[in-house]
Amino acid sequence: MVSQKEDKTSSVQQLIANSRNQKTKKIVEKAMPALLFSAAIISILTTFGIVFTLIFETFEFFKRVSITDFLFGTKWLPFSGNEPLFGILPLIAGTLKVTLIAVVVAVPFGIASAIYLSEYASEKTRRTVKPILEVLAGVPTIVYGFFALTFVTPVLQEIVPGLKLFNALSPGIVVGIMILPMITSLSEDAMSSVPNSMREGALALGATKFEVAIKVVLPAALSGIVASVVLAISRAIGETMIVSLAGGSTPKFDLSVTDSIQTMTAYIVQVSTGDAGYGTTIYYSIYSVGFTLFIFTLVMNLLAHYISKRFREVY
Amino acid sequence: MRYMDDTVVMKRMTKRITANKVWKTLFFLATTFALVTLAVLLYRIVTQGIDYLNIDFLTNFASRFADKAGIKAALIGSLWLMAVVAPVSIILGVGTAIYLEEYAKKNKINDFIRMNISNLAGVPSIVFGLLGLTIFVRMMGLGKSILAAGFTMSLLILPVIIVAAQEAIRAVPNEQREASYGMGATKWQTILRVVLPAAIPGILTGSILALSRAIGETAPLVVIGIPVILQFLPNGLLSQFTALPMQIYDWAKRPQEAFQYVAAAGILVLMTVLLLMNSIAIYIRNKFQKRY
Amino acid sequence: MVLDFKEEKTIVKRNQATTKSITDVAKNIVYDTRNLNLWYGDHHGLKDVNLSIYENEVTAIIGPSGCGKSTYLKTLNRMVELVPIVRTSGEILYRERNILDKNYTVEELRTRVGMVFQKPNPFPKSIYDNIAYGPRIHGIKNKKILDEIVEKSLRGAAIWDEVKDRLNQNAYGLSGGQQQRICIARCLAIEPDVILMDEPTSALDPISTLKVEELVQELKKDYSIVIVTHNMQQAARISDRTAFFLSGEVVEYDKTDVIFQTPADQRTEDYISGRFG
Repeated sequence: MVSQKEDKTSSVQQLIANSRNQKTKKIVEKAMPALLFSAAIISILTTFGIVFTLIFETFEFFKRVSITDFLFGTKWLPFSGNEPLFGILPLIAGTLKVTLIAVVVAVPFGIASAIYLSEYASEKTRRTVKPILEVLAGVPTIVYGFFALTFVTPVLQEIVPGLKLFNALSPGIVVGIMILPMITSLSEDAMSSVPNSMREGALALGATKFEVAIKVVLPAALSGIVASVVLAISRAIGETMIVSLAGGSTPKFDLSVTDSIQTMTAYIVQVSTGDAGYGTTIYYSIYSVGFTLFIFTLVMNLLAHYISKRFREVY
Repeated sequence: MRYMDDTVVMKRMTKRITANKVWKTLFFLATTFALVTLAVLLYRIVTQGIDYLNIDFLTNFASRFADKAGIKAALIGSLWLMAVVAPVSIILGVGTAIYLEEYAKKNKINDFIRMNISNLAGVPSIVFGLLGLTIFVRMMGLGKSILAAGFTMSLLILPVIIVAAQEAIRAVPNEQREASYGMGATKWQTILRVVLPAAIPGILTGSILALSRAIGETAPLVVIGIPVILQFLPNGLLSQFTALPMQIYDWAKRPQEAFQYVAAAGILVLMTVLLLMNSIAIYIRNKFQKRY
Repeated sequence: MVLDFKEEKTIVKRNQATTKSITDVAKNIVYDTRNLNLWYGDHHGLKDVNLSIYENEVTAIIGPSGCGKSTYLKTLNRMVELVPIVRTSGEILYRERNILDKNYTVEELRTRVGMVFQKPNPFPKSIYDNIAYGPRIHGIKNKKILDEIVEKSLRGAAIWDEVKDRLNQNAYGLSGGQQQRICIARCLAIEPDVILMDEPTSALDPISTLKVEELVQELKKDYSIVIVTHNMQQAARISDRTAFFLSGEVVEYDKTDVIFQTPADQRTEDYISGRFG
């Protein structure tokens, strides 16, 4: 029996020993982590690429335009022939108008639907609504921009007197619709991860579902909800196509939402579709605007990261 | 002595219950807002675009005249673009995810990579356009080609693919890896033959969703300076091209009302492509749902 | 005074037991563990373990949970290293070579030493691909040879008749007991020298458990088996030798009937009579 077993063992183990190509195996084992690491490095190179591109070209820009004029100037008139002005405040004002309107639309609706989905809705409703939200989040922004220009603006013009064809209101509302699914789904995640035992504790004292939602779930999930809003704001600031199509190209440093505006992103698009030659001040200006935009969104992203890390509830 | 006065409690009770009902209705209406918006949006676009959507529209090149305008160059161009974006972003994304989940030890470099990826996901797409314009179009001299746009788009969706692939790889139970190691398999053999096959449905679903984002993305293409009125099809990776969202943007900007309908028809084509891709992703997700 | 005397006696008895095991040279030693210590970070998981495992025997390892029995088993094929904070000292000689030596390739060791896990863990592949996994990763590609290996392994795991008509079906469609026998068959496919089993029946129903136990009895003719179990009746039924672990130490190691009928150590007696654990 024993000897027979040894014969058998030697058969498969022998085959293994013969066919095993130790050398290639060893090389592959050593090479793969290095190869995969170099793939991971690409993402770091991308960040470096972005930062260096923006810094170098912005530096070129500041050789031609003074940094104080750029930061504190209230007129953005790059195309006025003999004396172009590059004060970024009007572009920032345009961006902030749109972002603010978007937040006013998206935050109440987004959090309210998150509460509904997480606290009230049946499993079946949730399974219908969530994919629809995913679809809404997947609609390309160019489509939203078209919708803003050809539907929302005309409808608003019926309601709001003096609303121009290009304005801040219409793209603001549509950007709000665009970021709404993001707020809803991230807030819903935060609320759903509040343990049921906390809800049951309140319900057993005779609290209504509304009281549980507002006094128990909302405070417990607050950091997640705030982080979702901050991330959504970052998305709104960087949104391009909606504001390019429906916002206009008249940068103004004021508080009007009915007049034509221009956001930072829309300016970059305007220059890119025009024929500003390589090496001109206008060409470099898109990098300085891009750099400003990048800083805005970076701060928002880091803030969201910090909020969700720092105030993460431990259940 | 009792502190709870039953009559007061009962009186407040009715109010509280009514408040609950009112708020529930409000929350529900807020939820329907998104759904109604989507319905209106789709309805508008279908009614605007359907009349222009026909075989000629699909087979014609762009034109100065609305009724002769077609989407052929843009549709084929978008396919070419995907032919670059899909392999580049999936190989890099899945490679990074494998590295982070299977090999990366907890140290500063790897923490930095992780943090960097989550930040990269929040960078506006137009900034990626500036990167593409400087690095790929000018420095590497690729011009306004499919390759330059493809690389730019790949970097843009890379974080999405990495995160999706990481989740899929993490979902493979450790017992599976142990079983493989227990047979004398090496680490790479285990990854290649056990972890990846089990994670592939998740990776594919995530990748398709990321690609569908890339196919509808406009801003980077605008910044790179992709042309819109093209009378020829691309003949290679370094060829000039145009893409669906770019073409739609051009039509939507035009002052003539007729072009609005053309734009709507273009959106219908784009949305159909997206719907197709999403259906495939959902099919894969449902077909290969977890079996552990 | 009386207490002291008693303790002394126990120690003497234990030494006798160990000596007896080591001097039992009728069979070849497969594994010889010498002064093995193991730490998980600061936790001293295994303390001075000395244990010999014999060819063509079933060696059972029993003890309460957390006593280090699974850790010891996983040290035998160095699976314990998958936890990065583990440190070891001492030697484990497998066929006279120290496997804790850094130059010993784990892949080679694990090719000779198979493992069956607590929870059945077939791959989400067909039954055939599950069994062929081992041979394939070791470079056997010939379809005819693979067919033979698959059939022989499934027969060896006493599951051939149940699955021979559906080799291309996913192994996840099988019952828990069948899955575990598939895992055993998968392990047999590379014809290992030793099979390590980590509580292989703890997730199974009584009938499946019985089948696996019968299978273990059958397999010991060809393989040396080390089985960790929390089920003392199982150890008594199927093993030739039993080691009792407590807090990382080997309290007693002897022939199974000695352990269960006339244990030398009070703690062993307490454990097997169900007084703790």
